[in-house]
Amino acid sequence: MSELWYELEPFLQQGTLGLVNGAFYAILSLGLAVIFGMLNVVNFAHGAQFMLGAFVAWMLLNWAGIGYWGALVLAPLIVGLLGVVIERTMIARLYKLDHLYGLLLTFGLALIIEGTMRNAFGSSGLPYQVPEAFRIPPVDLGYMLMPAYRFWIVIVSLVVCFGTWYAIEKTKLGSYLRAAVERPQLVQAFGINVPLMMTATYGAGVALAAFAGVLAAPVYSVNPAMGANFIIIVFAVVVIGGMGSILGSIVTGYILGVIEGFTRVYYPEASATVVFVIMAIVLLVRPTGLFGRA
Amino acid sequence: MLQVSGLEAWYGESHVLHGVDLEVAEGEVVTLLGRNGAGKSTTIKAIMGVLESRKGSVRFQGTETITLPPNRIARLGIAWCPEERGIFASLTVKENLFLPPVIGPGGVTLDRIYALFPNLKERLGSQGTKLSGGEQQMLAIARIMRTGAKLLLLDEPTEGLAPVIIQQIGRTIRALKEAGLTVLLVEQNFRFAQKLADRHYVMEDGRIVDMIPAGRLEANMDRLHAYLGV
Repeated sequence: MSELWYELEPFLQQGTLGLVNGAFYAILSLGLAVIFGMLNVVNFAHGAQFMLGAFVAWMLLNWAGIGYWGALVLAPLIVGLLGVVIERTMIARLYKLDHLYGLLLTFGLALIIEGTMRNAFGSSGLPYQVPEAFRIPPVDLGYMLMPAYRFWIVIVSLVVCFGTWYAIEKTKLGSYLRAAVERPQLVQAFGINVPLMMTATYGAGVALAAFAGVLAAPVYSVNPAMGANFIIIVFAVVVIGGMGSILGSIVTGYILGVIEGFTRVYYPEASATVVFVIMAIVLLVRPTGLFGRA
Repeated sequence: MLQVSGLEAWYGESHVLHGVDLEVAEGEVVTLLGRNGAGKSTTIKAIMGVLESRKGSVRFQGTETITLPPNRIARLGIAWCPEERGIFASLTVKENLFLPPVIGPGGVTLDRIYALFPNLKERLGSQGTKLSGGEQQMLAIARIMRTGAKLLLLDEPTEGLAPVIIQQIGRTIRALKEAGLTVLLVEQNFRFAQKLADRHYVMEDGRIVDMIPAGRLEANMDRLHAYLGV
């Protein structure tokens, strides 16, 4: 191998591992962007809902004997349904008020959900095994061996993110959503039940967070703080990508994961803060975000 | 078909409609005339149900709609073309055209729409707001023609458009009338309205102050000029 390769290899390795974190950033910021676009609510409970997804997966396994694959479907449904209830009973009352009220409400909800889980399960974390199907030799990428489960995370997140993007940008149902983001009143005057769409959108965004939570359960320990750790970075991702931009939040999510990885090669101490440095620069140069419209 | 009585409406704190009474019979084209700020657009919005607070009575084909949300009102067979046209920037022309769901039988066919507005057919793949102002207006009218709505509320469809496009829109409204649709038209352009309408309502300060049938227009020209201040 040449000198150059020697230089490049750790870069590629860390970048690839960064994609795993990027996968979570992308799914979570996508959900936030969809919710913000449609409801004009900054969903601060997103991290808590992510954590709930992981906990529901744990409960399904330990209390009902339902394994990873069942949880991957059921946990988003259960937590999404909880989101629907939250939207109908609480958030829907705030649409006529300033953004800030939605943010405060969901922030309060996040604290309540996290506090409740800490009370019930403690803060040390619960184990969740890597599913049977992935206890296989790592995937050989040529420049590194990647654990099969992490490889799966990257692939499935790409499918989910671009599937969601396709559904929003290229389908009939998505055209209702895009139109309602622009002019909800007119869309409703065409005979479409916009309040119902908003409820469904919130439920879907929350379900995405819970889905990410199930994906995360075998990698990070299932604990009440796991969402809070992620969500701060995810908010930075959303700001960098441009509030409400679907494609922007997906692409930015992956890119920032990779950049974090690169930073780990050169200056590991900065890897936790590099996202916020980029956020500050983007806010100075392009306040609407990289993909945002003014 | 449409009976509005004692309709009042507010924008936030300000009371803008003070008891509007009007009627539109099936198959009629009726205009709302009046100066800027007389409450014409507000009347249309109040009928459509998109204002936050309104009271009084709006009956459509016998159904009281004053407490219904706009999506239910639309489903009864009323369609709205707003003054700002409301073309969606994030949708293509085709997506804009097909956005309003079909709410009943009897909508104008696509072939007929493309015959009336050949430009639209050529630009189906473009972004909605990349169209010229005239084309956007055509699109805004075209998309509610195909839904099967029985009553169309058109808010200033000729505003800011070139004469040749105004003619095209005039032909369209005539075609709608021939197809048996009912139109309530808000217009500043009296010359345009004159050629199309069966009756004219005149609004002032949030009330209907006069009604002039098309046949008696000549005799009442002076009165109308006084209302409109032209």
